[in-house]
Amino acid sequence: MEKLAWLVPALPLVAWAVQLLVGKRLPGGGAGVGILAVAIGWVISLAILFGIIGGADAYHVSREWAPIGAGFDLPLGMTVDGLAAVMMVVVTTISLFVQIYSLSYMRGDERYTLFFANLSLFTAGMLIVVLADNLLLMLFGWEIMGICSYLLIGHYWEDVANARAAVKAFLTTRVGDLGFMAGIFVFAWAARSFDIERIIEGVSSGEISSTTVTLGAALLFCGAIGKSGQFPLHTWLPDAMAGPTPVSALIHAATMVAAGVFLVARMYPVFEASGSVLDEIGILASITMLIAALLALVQDDIKRVLAYSTVSQLAYMMAALSVGGYSAGIFHLFTHAFFKALLFLAAGSIIHAVHSNNMSEMGGLARVMPVTFVTFLVGALALAGIAPLAGFWSKDEILTDAWNAGFGGTGHAATSQTVAQIVFVTGMVTAFLTAVYVARMLWLTFGAAFRGQGHPHEADAGMLFPLVVLAVGAALAGFVGLGDNSISTWIQTTHLPSEGPATLNLGLIVATTVIALAGLALGTALYRRGLPEHEYLERLPLVWKTLQRKYFLDDLYEQGIVRAVAGALAPATYWFDQRVVDGVVNGAGLGTRRLARGLRYVQSGQAQWYAAALFLGVVGLAVVVTRLIGS
Amino acid sequence: MPLMYPLVFAAFLFSAGVYGVLARRNAVMVLMSIELMLNAVNVNLVAFNAYLRDQLVSGQVFALFVIAVAAAEVGIGLAIVLLIFRNRETVNIDEVDLLRW
Repeated sequence: MEKLAWLVPALPLVAWAVQLLVGKRLPGGGAGVGILAVAIGWVISLAILFGIIGGADAYHVSREWAPIGAGFDLPLGMTVDGLAAVMMVVVTTISLFVQIYSLSYMRGDERYTLFFANLSLFTAGMLIVVLADNLLLMLFGWEIMGICSYLLIGHYWEDVANARAAVKAFLTTRVGDLGFMAGIFVFAWAARSFDIERIIEGVSSGEISSTTVTLGAALLFCGAIGKSGQFPLHTWLPDAMAGPTPVSALIHAATMVAAGVFLVARMYPVFEASGSVLDEIGILASITMLIAALLALVQDDIKRVLAYSTVSQLAYMMAALSVGGYSAGIFHLFTHAFFKALLFLAAGSIIHAVHSNNMSEMGGLARVMPVTFVTFLVGALALAGIAPLAGFWSKDEILTDAWNAGFGGTGHAATSQTVAQIVFVTGMVTAFLTAVYVARMLWLTFGAAFRGQGHPHEADAGMLFPLVVLAVGAALAGFVGLGDNSISTWIQTTHLPSEGPATLNLGLIVATTVIALAGLALGTALYRRGLPEHEYLERLPLVWKTLQRKYFLDDLYEQGIVRAVAGALAPATYWFDQRVVDGVVNGAGLGTRRLARGLRYVQSGQAQWYAAALFLGVVGLAVVVTRLIGS
Repeated sequence: MPLMYPLVFAAFLFSAGVYGVLARRNAVMVLMSIELMLNAVNVNLVAFNAYLRDQLVSGQVFALFVIAVAAAEVGIGLAIVLLIFRNRETVNIDEVDLLRW
C-alpha cells in the first residue's frame, strides 16, 4: 500500500488540471472530480496509517531528478513514515469533508469550478510537503500552498479589501519563505544534499558544524513562523478570513498553517541539535499563544475569533516542540485539525444563516440551528480542553511535557529549563483565556436572543453531514494518544524513538480541567445575557486600544515597512528600471539604428567601389601578414 | 632564366588588370581585365612550378584549373552583361547600381 502513496498527491493534481480545463462542462461544475480524487487518497492514506499502526516499516523511494554537478543532484522522492501517514490522514480527511461541505456552501457561486480546482491544487501541495523526502520538493509544495492561499483568500476579489488581504497573506508568508529558502541552501551546502535523511545524519554525526546547524535551523524556523502564523508574522492569518469559510477551515485552520509545525517536526533532530533555536521557538510560541488568545477575546467577527484561536493553538504546537514534546506537538496538530475545521465549518453554517460574520448580529441560534449548535459545542469544548474531548488529551500532553522539562527534573536536554517554565506558565494562562473566549463565542452566538436581521434557519443536509462527521472526530480524536500503541509510537523514527504512551499526571489533569472550567465559568458569567453594551475591557482604555489596534503591529508594518517600500523604494527601483535598465536596452536599439542610418550610404551600388575596397582590404591584409611572418 | 622576370611580368599584368577593373566603365572591358588578373596568377603558378620542379609539379595543374574556371566565369559574366544590355540598353557599369541603399 505504501507504494501507492504517490497517488495521494498525484490524484488531486490531476483533478486540478481536469477541473481547470474542462471543469465547467462537467456535471456539477467538476466538483465531483476533486472529491473523488481526495476520497481515493483518503482510503489509501487510511490503509497506510493502519499499516503503520500494525507495525509496517517506513517506506522510502527516491529517484534522481536532475544532476547539477559538483556532487549535487536534485532528488525526487517520498518518505512514507508514521509522521507522513498521520499528516496524510489529517489532510485528506479535512479536505474531503470540507469539499463535501463546499458543495452546498458555494452553490451558485460565480467561480464555483475555480474554487474547487484551487482546493484540489492546495490539497496536492500540502500532500507534497507531507511526503517530500527532500527540502527542495517540500519547498515546491510549500509554494503551491502559498499561491493557493493567495487565490482562495482573494476568491471574492471584487471587494478591494479581500484582494488586499490576499496580497498581505502572500507577502507576509513570503518574508518567512525567504528565510526558509536560505535555510534550505545552508543545509544543502553543508550536507551536499537536499535529502532530509542525509541532512539529519550529517547533523547527528557531527559532520555539520554546530554553528551551521544553529544558523540553518533558525532560518528554517523563519519559514515556519510565516506559514504557521507565529509572532511577529501572524498578522496575515486573521485577515485571511476574507476567503470563503471552507477555505478558512481547510487552509487557515487545519492544514496549511500546520505545515510550519510539520516542518519543525520533520527536521526535529536538527532543531534538537541546535538547542538555542528550540529556546527561541519556545519564547516566540509563548508570546504568540498569549497575545493571540487576548486578541480573540475582543473580536466581533466570529471567524476572527477562530483565526486568533488558530494562531494561539499553533503556538501551542510549536511550544510543545520547543520543550521536546515531538509527539505532543503532532498529537495536538492532529486533534486541532478536527475540532478547528469543525468550528470553522459550523461558523460557516451560522454565517450562511444570519448573513453576517459579526457576533453582534447573532444570538439565540441554539433553538433554530440545533445540529449546528451541538456540533459547534463539541468543537468549542474540545478547543477549551474539556475531557474527554480531543483537545483535552493533546493539550494535557503538551503541558505535561512542559512541566517535566521545566519543573520535573526530567528535562529535555536541548531546551533550557527557564524556557520550559515560561512555556508552561503561558500555556496555563492561555488555556484559561481560551476557555474564556470560547464561552464568550458560544454565548454571543447561541445564547440570549437573536440580534440580527431576518429569520435564520438550519443549514441543509449537505452541510450538516460533514459537521456531524467532524464532530465525531473532534470528540474521539484524542483517544489515539492513549494506550501502548499510541500516536507517539506511530510517528517514531530511528532518530526520534517513541517516548512511550502519554504519562498522565493526575495533578496536572485536575489543574488544567479546573482552569478550563474556571475560564468557561468566567466567560459565562460575563456574556450569559448576550453582548454587553460596552465590552468589559473598555474600562481599561489603554488595554482596549492596544487590543483593538492589534498591538499596533499592523500600524508598525504599514508605517514602517509598507510606507518605506511603497513610498521611497518602489519609485526608486521604478526609476532605475525605466531609466537605467530600459535605457540600456532601448539605447542599444536606438544607437544601432542611428549608426545604420549614417552607414547605409556606404552601399552606393557602384560595383567598382566595392572592388576597390576589396583590393584595399587584401593589400592591408597582405601587409599585416607579411609583417607578422617577417618579424 | 631567373625567377625574377616572370614575377615582375606577372605583377605588371596584375596591376593592369586591377586598373582595368577599377577604372573602366565598359562591363566587357572589366571582364577582360579580370581575365588579365587571372592570367597574371597563372604566370606566377607556372613560374614557380618551373622554379620548384624538383619538389612540386602541382603548379601547372593549378594553372589548368584556373583556366577552366576562368572560362566558366567569362561565360556567365558575358551572359549577365548581355542581359543587362538587353534590359537597360547600356553596358556602362556606373549606371548599373541596383544594389544601392
